[in-house]
Amino acid sequence: MSSVTITIDGIKISAEEGMTVLQAAQANGLYIPNLCNHPDLRPAGLCRVCVVKQDDWKITISCKLPVKEGMVISTEDPAVQQIRKNTVELLIANHPMTCLTCEADSKCELQRVAHYVGITPDSINRYRRSVRSIPLDTSNPFFDIDHNKCIMCGICVRTCDELQNINAIDYAQRGVASLISTLGNKPIAESRCESCGECVVRCPVAALATKKSLQPMREVRSICSYCGVGCGIHLGVRGDKIVGVRGDQENPVNRGSLCVKGRFGYRFINHPERLTTPLVKKDGVLVEASWDEALDRIVEKFSEHKGEKFAALASARITNEDNYLIQKFTRAVMGTNNIDHCARL
Amino acid sequence: MSFAELQKKARQEWDELQNGDIPQIIVGTATCGRSAGAMAVIKAFEDALKEKGVQAVIVEVGCIGPCYAEPLVNIAKPGKAVIAYRNVTKAMAAELVDSYLIGDDPLPHYTLGTIGEKTVEGIPRILDTPSFKPQERRVFRNCGIIDPTNINHYLANEGYAGLNKALGMTQEAVVDEMKRSGLRGRGGGGFPAGRKWEAGLKAKGSQKYVVCNADEGDPGAFMDRAVIEGDPHSVIEGMIIAGYAIGADTGYIYVRAEYPLAIRRLERAIKQAHEKGFLGKNILGTDFSFDINIFPGAGAFVCGESTALTLSIEGKRGMPRVAPRPRTTEAGLYDKPTLLNNVKTFSSAPMIITRGAEWFASVGTEKSTGTAIFALTGKVNNCGLIEVPMGITLREIIFDIGGGIADGGKFKAVQTGGPSGGCLPEALLDTPIDYDSLDAAGSIMGSGGMVVMDEKTCMVDVARYFLDFTEIESCGQCVPCRLGTKQLLDILKDICKGKGKKKDLELLVELSHSVHGGSVCGLGQTAANPVLSTIRYFRDEYEAHINDKCCPAKVCKPLIAFHILEDKCAGCTLCARSCPVSAISGEKKKVHVIDQKLCVQCGVCMEKCPKKFSAVECVSPKEKIMEVA
Ligand SMILES: Cc1cc2nc3c(=O)[nH]c(=O)nc-3n(C[C@H](O)[C@H](O)[C@H](O)COP(=O)(O)O)c2cc1C
Ligand code: SF4
Ligand code: SF4
Ligand code: SF4
Repeated sequence: MSSVTITIDGIKISAEEGMTVLQAAQANGLYIPNLCNHPDLRPAGLCRVCVVKQDDWKITISCKLPVKEGMVISTEDPAVQQIRKNTVELLIANHPMTCLTCEADSKCELQRVAHYVGITPDSINRYRRSVRSIPLDTSNPFFDIDHNKCIMCGICVRTCDELQNINAIDYAQRGVASLISTLGNKPIAESRCESCGECVVRCPVAALATKKSLQPMREVRSICSYCGVGCGIHLGVRGDKIVGVRGDQENPVNRGSLCVKGRFGYRFINHPERLTTPLVKKDGVLVEASWDEALDRIVEKFSEHKGEKFAALASARITNEDNYLIQKFTRAVMGTNNIDHCARL
Repeated sequence: MSFAELQKKARQEWDELQNGDIPQIIVGTATCGRSAGAMAVIKAFEDALKEKGVQAVIVEVGCIGPCYAEPLVNIAKPGKAVIAYRNVTKAMAAELVDSYLIGDDPLPHYTLGTIGEKTVEGIPRILDTPSFKPQERRVFRNCGIIDPTNINHYLANEGYAGLNKALGMTQEAVVDEMKRSGLRGRGGGGFPAGRKWEAGLKAKGSQKYVVCNADEGDPGAFMDRAVIEGDPHSVIEGMIIAGYAIGADTGYIYVRAEYPLAIRRLERAIKQAHEKGFLGKNILGTDFSFDINIFPGAGAFVCGESTALTLSIEGKRGMPRVAPRPRTTEAGLYDKPTLLNNVKTFSSAPMIITRGAEWFASVGTEKSTGTAIFALTGKVNNCGLIEVPMGITLREIIFDIGGGIADGGKFKAVQTGGPSGGCLPEALLDTPIDYDSLDAAGSIMGSGGMVVMDEKTCMVDVARYFLDFTEIESCGQCVPCRLGTKQLLDILKDICKGKGKKKDLELLVELSHSVHGGSVCGLGQTAANPVLSTIRYFRDEYEAHINDKCCPAKVCKPLIAFHILEDKCAGCTLCARSCPVSAISGEKKKVHVIDQKLCVQCGVCMEKCPKKFSAVECVSPKEKIMEVA
């Protein structure tokens, strides 16, 4: 791939052919405000905040504009600034002012562009404020949907489509009434949503927000223990308690993606009912036992059941290597081919 | 059968009908005629003919335009001029059978005029009347003349001759003819049709499509419907020629489902075209094959936008594609090269091929050739569809063709281009009708809506009306349009309520420019035009609303008050008896009084107060009442 040189606000930068102007700017550490762009997704060009002037002539959007040798881009042209400012002001005028209690606070993209364009109380007070009052959709066990915060960037829709191939959500209605919706505008829990949470982590304004989420005091890098894929995760920890999980962007296995279990299924770790020792049945009652005792019991009982009476069902939560060992054990030690695996998740 | 034979047979049938010895009763039964009662009139004619034992054929045709005269009936008696009758009722039908078909009195007071060369004493020729004289019927060439359900009528009137000729030309020659004609797309944008066809021809790909845009979403527009209902074959022929020119084998007509009659007419016309060999495999014996499908649209304004339209045909949500993107001629329907034109653009193609580019360009202006079609509505005497040469002035349209302002009112503004257009004041009445002049004046040609307003129209209210439409019809995907139209509307609503703020005018202009510059598609880009043009030409009205809480046109209810003049009131009690909220008190022969707390500003009292008293006055601002009292 050949590289081209373009100029953004007088700064010459080099970019790879095929990149968009926005990508080129980001790769060179230049910020062009944007809301509906996401590096994992195809550009949509809907928020219009990344507006720029191309070659002193055309007002266009940088997220869909392919770089071309010699291209001159202005992000500070007065007409560009005006459009960007009005666009952001319009969003703010229709947005709840609940920043302090919002999960996105301090990482909110809307806050970021608002600061960038220089929103002031005066500039906002010129507008007729109107915030929607659609009831929260709390049907999903792991996250809530607050349509009143939604800026309709469509990142969630594209995530569910392009990354997850599930298409549980899409646009519905039109004009100011338009909203992100499931088929038939049913609660999300009744849709085909798999609760992977991929949309939730990408929502720039926490219109999709995790339930009961707590900010961690530290993070611990780990591997998800649910299945053999072994997605990289960061466990969010407070004291000795896990309060959240996020996908590890650097991990080549999952590049940040997680499924519902890896992302949301961590509460069992600190759950009071979690088993922490083996249980052995004595006189019809399960009682706590040591590992040695439990293993001895297994050896004793298994020896009585060799051959076709025996079957093993392996777990998807263990690695391929462990699964290999189980089938080896079943065939070589237990003397049967009755071995299967639960990987039907 | 060869084309010449088909044509000959059709002409025979047509000539027999025209020159036969049986009178023809020709009734306009397009949607407009039907809603005015045309079907009942036909029934009345049938009954009268049967009762009196008179022989006559009843022919159903499309709309010839003058809505104010519907139901329209033309009667052609053998050897006589064709006479057009206006506003025909069931009773008139019976009377006409008696007086004109049995007797020989054409009842001139019922007529609109005569059609064709022959004349009748005491009845003007329609084309000599001020309302028709400036018109030039090209796209409407067959509407109201031929039976749209009979392909032979079309064939007898130059129909499919363009296709026959085109098939003998190279694709390049067809495109070249279109280019030289100067025809610009009639869907509103005015993009040169020939250049689009050329791009379609040059586009690479074995699968190409031709799409006809019959979505016609502008409120109050019904030109495309009239063309389809009155002359469906002209659109189909245009599409087949286009298919040949660019190398497409499939066409789609995207027509709104609210046009059931148009859809039926198209279905029938497509079937007939198949039967005659104009559609299907090996058209007229050549190796060119083409077929047309009808796709009923669910009626979203935005689905008239070309990229939203093609997505809608694909079964997806109708949201315009975001630029930078490939042109529709490169990647349109199913991402294949697609030629998309308006109904009237396609309908113009056959005559351009048959009669030549020079003929087409012989009317109109240098940069806008041919004719323009408008749905003329609002406060003019003659509402209806008109077809005029480009370059005619707004004044000629409104005062000659339209017959001036209704109810003896005074002209205030004219709105062209529907929700994307603007309002032009009296000073611009001499603006010629063409794409560029209207653009420069702050309006647009659009697809053909033209609303005339008199001095009783509030321009802030007009802007509010259009924004109300665009706010709802915006697809909602991009921020400036979704929230910008809403903000503009909210401000306008406030101004109309007397809640306007000093800085609102500035904000309206600022936002309008950003909505224009920031929106994805034409809907958002033009949505602010009604606001900008009314501020540009009627700024004082905005200021009156904001600063003085006064609606000069006395339209905005929160800013007006009704009040009874003591010295004029005769105490007739008419007003008190008609007030829907019983806000008026007063005894017989005594001065009446309106309780301002109860009054809902409906204005019924003013209407009811006898002219000779004219005791009810409307004032704005409301405070004026205090002054009077
Ligand atoms: C919001 C919107 C609505 C439109 N509606 C129509 C329509 O109803 N009919 C139409 O022919 N063109 C409509 N257009 C224009 C089309 O996008 C397109 O330019 C046109 O159909 C092309 O045909 P033409 O070149 O023959 O004019 C609309 C455009 C926009 C932006
Ligand atoms: S949680 Fe996953 S499946 Fe559900 S809507 Fe979001 S992306 Fe789609
Ligand atoms: S829910 Fe979030 S990600 Fe989805 S459209 Fe709204 S703001 Fe964007
Ligand atoms: S301008 Fe309006 S109608 Fe067009 S894409 Fe944007 S939101 Fe949709």
